[in-house]
Amino acid sequence: MTNSWQDIKNADLVIVMGGNAAEAHPCGFKWVIEAKIENKAKLIVVDPRFTRTASVADYYAPIRPGTDIAFLSGVMRYLLENDKIQHEYVRSFTNAGLIVKEGFAFEDGLFSGYNEEKHTYDKSSWDYELDEQGFAKIDETWKHPRCVINLLKKHLDRYTPEMVSRICGTPQDKFLKVCEMIASTSSPERSMTSLFALGWTQHSVGAQNVRSMAMVQLLLGNIGVAGGGMNALRGHSNIQGLTDVGLLSSAMPGYMTMPKDSEPTFDKYMETRQFKPLRPGQMSYWQNYRKFFVSFQKAIYGNAATAENSWAYDWLPKLDVPDYDILRAFEMMDKGQMNGYICQGFNPMQAFPDRGKIRRSLAKLKYLVVVDPLDTETANFWQDFGPQNPSDPASIQTEVFQLPCTCFAEEDGSLVSSARWLQWHWKAADAPGEAKTDIFIIAGLYQRMKAMYAKEGGAFPDPLLNLTWQYADPDEPHPSEMAKEMNGRALADLKDANGNVILKAGQQLDGFAQLKDDGTTMSGCWIFSGSWTEKGNQMARRDATDPREAGIAPNWAWAWPANRRILYNRASADPSGKPWAPHKPVIKWNGASWVGFDTPDYGPTVKPEDSMGPFIMNQEGVGKLFARGGMAEGPFPEHYEPFESPVDNVLHPKVKSNPAARVFPSDREHFGKGEDFPYVGTTYRLTEHFHYWTKHAKINSILQPEEFVEIGEVLAKEKKIEQGGWVRVWSKRGQVICKAYVTKRIKPMMVDGKPTHVIGCPIHWGFTGVARKGYGANTLTPFVGDANTNTPEFKAFLLNIEPTSRPPAIDLAHGPRKAGRSA
Amino acid sequence: MADLQSQNYIRRSATTMTPPTTRSNVEEVAKLIDVSRCIGCKACQSACMEWNDLRPEMEEFQGAYENPHDLNPGVWTLMRFAEYENDHGDLEWLIRKDGCMHCEDPGCLKACPAPGAIVQYANGIVDFISDACIGCGYCIKGCPFNIPRVSEKDHKSYKCTLCSDRVAVGLEPACVKTCPTGAIMFGTKADMKDWAEERIEELKERGFENAGLYDPAEVGGTHVMYVLHHRDKPSLYSGLPDKPHISAVIGLWKHVLKPVALAGIAFAALGAFVHGIVSGPMEVEEEDEAEARKEMERRAKS
Repeated sequence: MTNSWQDIKNADLVIVMGGNAAEAHPCGFKWVIEAKIENKAKLIVVDPRFTRTASVADYYAPIRPGTDIAFLSGVMRYLLENDKIQHEYVRSFTNAGLIVKEGFAFEDGLFSGYNEEKHTYDKSSWDYELDEQGFAKIDETWKHPRCVINLLKKHLDRYTPEMVSRICGTPQDKFLKVCEMIASTSSPERSMTSLFALGWTQHSVGAQNVRSMAMVQLLLGNIGVAGGGMNALRGHSNIQGLTDVGLLSSAMPGYMTMPKDSEPTFDKYMETRQFKPLRPGQMSYWQNYRKFFVSFQKAIYGNAATAENSWAYDWLPKLDVPDYDILRAFEMMDKGQMNGYICQGFNPMQAFPDRGKIRRSLAKLKYLVVVDPLDTETANFWQDFGPQNPSDPASIQTEVFQLPCTCFAEEDGSLVSSARWLQWHWKAADAPGEAKTDIFIIAGLYQRMKAMYAKEGGAFPDPLLNLTWQYADPDEPHPSEMAKEMNGRALADLKDANGNVILKAGQQLDGFAQLKDDGTTMSGCWIFSGSWTEKGNQMARRDATDPREAGIAPNWAWAWPANRRILYNRASADPSGKPWAPHKPVIKWNGASWVGFDTPDYGPTVKPEDSMGPFIMNQEGVGKLFARGGMAEGPFPEHYEPFESPVDNVLHPKVKSNPAARVFPSDREHFGKGEDFPYVGTTYRLTEHFHYWTKHAKINSILQPEEFVEIGEVLAKEKKIEQGGWVRVWSKRGQVICKAYVTKRIKPMMVDGKPTHVIGCPIHWGFTGVARKGYGANTLTPFVGDANTNTPEFKAFLLNIEPTSRPPAIDLAHGPRKAGRSA
Repeated sequence: MADLQSQNYIRRSATTMTPPTTRSNVEEVAKLIDVSRCIGCKACQSACMEWNDLRPEMEEFQGAYENPHDLNPGVWTLMRFAEYENDHGDLEWLIRKDGCMHCEDPGCLKACPAPGAIVQYANGIVDFISDACIGCGYCIKGCPFNIPRVSEKDHKSYKCTLCSDRVAVGLEPACVKTCPTGAIMFGTKADMKDWAEERIEELKERGFENAGLYDPAEVGGTHVMYVLHHRDKPSLYSGLPDKPHISAVIGLWKHVLKPVALAGIAFAALGAFVHGIVSGPMEVEEEDEAEARKEMERRAKS
């Protein structure tokens, strides 16, 4: 989230699109209700289904799964055509006036630079025209045909209300009503917050879905302001923390990026990470990258990382592919290229697409280690649970180790919320049975590997043998020790410009501004610096005082970066430093410095007349309507159909789906076509359950006991499907036999003149736990991911459906069936 | 030590009593369910099961989000979901937390033949006292909202207690505490009515011109009230009665038959009549209703 949960109450308009906040985030949703009651805010829901969120919305519009970019492009076109943008904001705080270089083009669904063989772009033409000093040229008058705003207008021209309706299936009047409501927040005093989640990210165009709304918000002047922003509501309580500390194969802590094969030396690595300002006087904060990186290397390698060995750069792995995401990992397993798998905090048998492929791939492993508090489907993939897991144990040689671990309530630690808050929590109960903490398990693995390397040598022992491991109990470091390392400390006395010692060697850093690139500081995750200082554990703060009920509450826990609650908050004030919305200021210029309840996201004493942009992480200093090379499939969002879609891409039939998405050839064969699978499937969560965990809990299982799909009344009638009756639902990859919920909440949509039906597939049931046994919706979903993130396309795919009868009962009361036992 | 709660009885089934008066500082309470801010998350249902140690049977999916499918001895509150297409052709998903309304004039208590099995406290809560319950099921017939359920296992009747145990010690009911959107509020009845007024005003501003408070006078008002967007049509909300009424049979029972029956119970404890009563809920046919009404009218005239 750019803003925070509480800040939602400051919104004048809440749009929930690409998510279902009431259903998936009922506790946080209280702030939407607060906005409605205290701020008279309106709530819009745009969703294929009339959701629980829609049940309390002021306005609902349907949309076909996978067409959000077309919808939002239409919104942008509406805003520009009807002059409903916040002019001064767009002019001063975005790259609308910057001039794009010659050679940039968009034609027939492809941007300039496409390589058809590799399915990737040469992005060199997606950039600004630079002057002699290397600054982007600008046309303040917006007359230049290649300035960003004009290229954007040209790009959006095709997304007329008629076209939006034709692609999305949203009736024109409903689309226009949503546009009108959104447009009302272009005034400087009003703000709209965008709440979204996996409904946007789990698409082959997921990142561009999000980006489209970010552009809408920039045009409206709704980024950086109270009650505005782009607010990704995260699924697990600590999934924000997962990305923050870089638990993705191509990421490093604090959103630094892993070295590639093409970057064999540290100098080479830093060449593309200079982040020189692209406009005069800009902060371009990533210029400090080297400090963050060196401090990280010092955190993991300590004294072994020196200037002479380039801070141990050679000991980091170098990527030979863009990333080793989950899809690639399972593709490699399936091909026999990955033979062992340590599966910690994940249940791929339920959570990854194309369950048949997942099961098949796990069966090819030599060993599988599952670290989990629950008895997961993944740990049991090899057992025969009947049609819901038809494995043949006799033919599977994978050795499976189950290491039971603690739950969050059985250990100390911090959780990072969607709002970027690091909140410390304390162990509430002892774990049952033999369960151990994840730290104990990983530390144990490390100690054994280290001993083996020390004894036997090995091809490249240095990265492992040189790791620092200075903990009170090397077999089970305490979370507080790690938290302190994340924050970082001085390795030598740190002095200010006048030579005064500000921190002594060994003291905790106050924040990332103190980081150095000369090896005198260490920090495991630079954005967390400030979370555990000499003043103690800031994450453990529990002062809920919220001055003037601004929704900031600066002394509750600690938010990265620098305890900042609203990112880009410099943009909450006009260029002269006066708040756009005087009744809900975030920060303002008082003549000498920036002041407010929140930490300024800006140089605290940088004068307004210095024209430093508010988006200090960007080289331009401004928000990007044109993304340069930041995205895989283009600097502007473009509508591409999902990889399984019932219709052609009416904008450019030759380029139907995301041309930059990575698809493995074997999976391409497993995409279905509209003639065989005429219905659009989508998956989602229900409020009664949490992913695949709570089917192990009795009360949750009582509240939502059994697998089902949701279909509209028209489709049910056509297919003679009865309310609550049994149905067979199948895709090119597998089938699910479950109950049907026939509902008025899903209606056919007219897409390019044809009625299009949606089948909704909640995801929660599997073959372990106390709820009734289910197949799992991922049995149906395609093995393809977003072009930037490789997040699987769970939200739009093709299905068929027919009524069936109740399947014969299988007695699994005493566990799985034995090998060879017939059905 | 005295059972303090019993000192707060103002009514007791099948009993003529003088209410204790020493404890004079009890205010009437109410739970206000604001349907317009309820998202149907079932946290209340879950909290009810947790607090009251209820674990009803895990049922099958039957084509609705209602799970379990109805109130039962282990389900004291239930989210009911109604898909309603309004006059503009727009869908409304009307979600209502169902459960005991804690009537000011409780039909169940009136109908109950077992002395002390149903009581009403000074704060308005209507409570079932299980050890006195004989499982006859008259309370079901007496209830205008079809709430109580008799257990087949122990032949006792069960329903929401409004967490009388929590309220007695100054806590809010479990469902109120857990509700994430503040759709369930609890306080004095006067405060809840004031708050409801504000909510209704806001709903009217949003175009729900018939928004209003459901506190039906037909049962003397209730200690569980709803803010409805459509106060003109309560039945849209999964059959909330437009005009709840206590069955005429109950009137007959109370004024005419009960004294006789009680005498009967006193003198012949295990007669066939009583055996019939404890075997299961009383079934009342339409004709019985009509008969009863006639009998009442006849008596009223005479």
